[in-house]
Amino acid sequence: MAGSFARVLSSKRKVGILSLVGAGSLTVGFFMNREQHVSAGAHVRRIYPPSAEYPDLRKHNNCMASHLTPAIYAKLVHKSTPNGYTLDEAIQTGVDNPGHPFIKTVGMVAGDEESYEVFADIFNPIIKERHNGYDPCNMKHPTDLDSSKIRGGLFDEKYVLSSRVRTGRSIRGLSLPPACTRAERREVERVVIDALGGLRGDLTGKYFSLTQLTDQEQQQLIDDHFLFDKPVSPLLTCSGMARDWPDARGIWHNNEKTFLVWINEEDHTRVISMEKGGNMKRVFERFCRGLQEVERLIQEKGWEFMWNERLGYILTCPSNLGTGLRAGVHVSLPRLCKDPRFAKILDNLRLQKRGTGGVDTAAVGNTFDISNLDRLGQSEVQLVQTVIDGVAYLIECEKRLEKGQDIKIPAPISQFK
Amino acid sequence: MKREGCIPQTSAVQPQKKGNALLKRTRIRARQSAFVPNISNDLAVSLLHLQGRYSSTAHYAFECKEPQTIPIQYRYNAQKVLPNIENLHLFNAFHEDASFMGRNATMPFGNTHNLLKMNYSAEQEYPDLSQHNNHMAKIITLEMYADLRDKQTPSGFTLDDVIQTGIDNPGHPFIMTVGCVAGDEETYEVFKDLLDPIIEDRHGGYKPTDKHKTDLNPDNLQGGDDLDPNYVLSSRVRTGRSIRGFCLPPHCSRGERRGIESLSIEALGSLDGDLKGKYYALKDMTEEEQQQLIDDHFLFDKPVSPLLLASGMARDWPDARGIWHNDNKTFLVWVNEEDHLRVISMQKGGNMKEVFNRFCTGLTKIESLFKEKGHEFMWNEHLGYVLTCPSNLGTGLRGGVHVKIPNVSKHEKFGEILKRLRLQKRGTGGVDTAAVGGVFDISNADRLGFSEVDLVQMVVDGVKLLIEMEKRLEAGQSIDDLMPEQK
Repeated sequence: MAGSFARVLSSKRKVGILSLVGAGSLTVGFFMNREQHVSAGAHVRRIYPPSAEYPDLRKHNNCMASHLTPAIYAKLVHKSTPNGYTLDEAIQTGVDNPGHPFIKTVGMVAGDEESYEVFADIFNPIIKERHNGYDPCNMKHPTDLDSSKIRGGLFDEKYVLSSRVRTGRSIRGLSLPPACTRAERREVERVVIDALGGLRGDLTGKYFSLTQLTDQEQQQLIDDHFLFDKPVSPLLTCSGMARDWPDARGIWHNNEKTFLVWINEEDHTRVISMEKGGNMKRVFERFCRGLQEVERLIQEKGWEFMWNERLGYILTCPSNLGTGLRAGVHVSLPRLCKDPRFAKILDNLRLQKRGTGGVDTAAVGNTFDISNLDRLGQSEVQLVQTVIDGVAYLIECEKRLEKGQDIKIPAPISQFK
Repeated sequence: MKREGCIPQTSAVQPQKKGNALLKRTRIRARQSAFVPNISNDLAVSLLHLQGRYSSTAHYAFECKEPQTIPIQYRYNAQKVLPNIENLHLFNAFHEDASFMGRNATMPFGNTHNLLKMNYSAEQEYPDLSQHNNHMAKIITLEMYADLRDKQTPSGFTLDDVIQTGIDNPGHPFIMTVGCVAGDEETYEVFKDLLDPIIEDRHGGYKPTDKHKTDLNPDNLQGGDDLDPNYVLSSRVRTGRSIRGFCLPPHCSRGERRGIESLSIEALGSLDGDLKGKYYALKDMTEEEQQQLIDDHFLFDKPVSPLLLASGMARDWPDARGIWHNDNKTFLVWVNEEDHLRVISMQKGGNMKEVFNRFCTGLTKIESLFKEKGHEFMWNEHLGYVLTCPSNLGTGLRGGVHVKIPNVSKHEKFGEILKRLRLQKRGTGGVDTAAVGGVFDISNADRLGFSEVDLVQMVVDGVKLLIEMEKRLEAGQSIDDLMPEQK
């Protein structure tokens, strides 16, 4: 039976049948017949059981490696999203980048919106770990872009040198950068430029495509610190997001250079509102206004952002789910940064510090990039308020230290409101 | 839960898109949730193709117990899908849980899964190659892309997988890279319309109808045991081999790669005599072993060249990669680097004949050991030995020497001499390095269209001539009468 069955079908069918029956009798017949087909040059795709395909993660330190058990792998490996994105593609970046003992990266990406559903068994524990206990199964994420609710947010420019808020947005219906085809990427570019072209007033601006930059434009963008380049970090390149560079990538910014959108870099869009000085309130106000305008403009054409109430705004990296928001300031704290309680104060305020070059850089002088720790589980307004209150407290501490007074470690802020 | 301060958004499940692509997908998805029996096989097959699920067709056949009604040969063709589909025989399970059906295209890198690109026109998907200088960019046209983009090899390797490395690496004005790779043996067949012209361009006019001769009989080599050791510091011959039935490094799954490794360890473990040796897996290496291999110049490391990385061959590094060498350290095999196997025979001094002898003996032995286990190497009479990069087809052989030729290399006709001898020069660090102290790596320029013996003969004869020229120039004499004819 096996023999005749195998003869009737072409080699392609064998593949399916082998995987169907596993170690069944059909397999025996299949293997017996394989010899003749192997030497005839007909290719037979080998399907191995999940245990043979399971990656070796013994030396790995990332969220994916911590949570991907062989059982979860076996359950999910043969699934794919409607677009055809598979688990192996999602975890490839985590397999290729074992990580660092001190820095725990996420190790997994989403190829499209449905990835978070189809591969929920692995994404949910990762999200819970990365977002400090947020459980997508039974918690809801609040979205709030009403900047009028912000209190305070005007900092002393003696301390705060610049203020910045960034987030990302994905266009529903198109695959995310690790999986998108060239045409989809170009479609994202077209849709977003179309919408940005409709911005008016202080948001009026211009698009610079990476494929068509003149030398002067390039130099100007570098001087403004706006230009992004092809990623070199293997964390990013291993996910496939840098394919076809620089096709359909570009930078849009308003004439005043305070509102900036990156297109098709790590996400469909990265939206940044920034200015020199300490007026975080105005920065956030422009941020919300710009985002809402862009959303309105794309909805006019029948598009919308990827969003759901479990995970908020959907982005490529699970670490950016929810708000995807990082609101921060460059602040000079010469005395406070030397105080041994600095780290604890930041921790309790739910803030993080980075060097002024961005993530993974060291601080220069005594200037730090202070921003929110959380992304998911709190709304945009709540997070920016946290940053504003926190930075105000830090400046207070700095002032007290200047006067020779002592400072107090604040009580820890509760995480999920 | 409402989003505050935002325009209300419709539910994610039924988006009100006007975008073309999404509409099509939504329609397809809506249909897929209906289970309707008795659809014609053609339609079912075509729609299953739309999802790239060959194996689910097999399941369908198995379930329906009508294997003979499934067309033996079909390939994805969007035009076969009729616009008004009433009945769909698509199981819900195809979407989410195909665990009892398996899947066809596994472990892709970037493109293989992605048949949804067929929702866009060829123009919309065609890459921008205006800044590019490589063989693929030179040969490919929009028509070719439109013609080939819906094809897949049986293991699911697509056109975009073939050309991705060439798109991501525009190349250099002076150095012409190939710009494409093969994911399996069938790639060279399924995409022959693109690869044949590239092969012709790269291999000096080799036609699709040409036959390649394989000759691994070392007795056919004349001379080669007497290259002057005052000039020739070391001799080396390398080639690659692929195991038939497995996908190549850009496309293989972890399971396949591990299968290749264990097969290789088994075969190499059976070698004896002066070929007896030991395997060192990259991920289990001790510090001392690693240092020893570095000192011997045997260790290969994770590739950093974007040319290689963009093809997907470095995935899951260092899983299932390793180095085998014999106790004498004259015969070396790399497992799962750029190809399934890279076989190297080398030694100090100028006895190329001995090097080639060991090379042929070792290769033949390894081939027979694999055959005993029911595996053979990928080979056909048109392309010879099939390897990942089209530039290594045929023999995949690079035979060369490190030779001290400070005077000849400075001669104005050096380039011309090498060209006529069908040789190429490299620095002693390998490809893309500069020569140090007048010592050059001189090797054959060809791979395809000449047999192994032919190529090593060219190296032996050519290097002999170069040494003679060097001696003449040392003595202050002219070399004009030694100028060779074009081979």
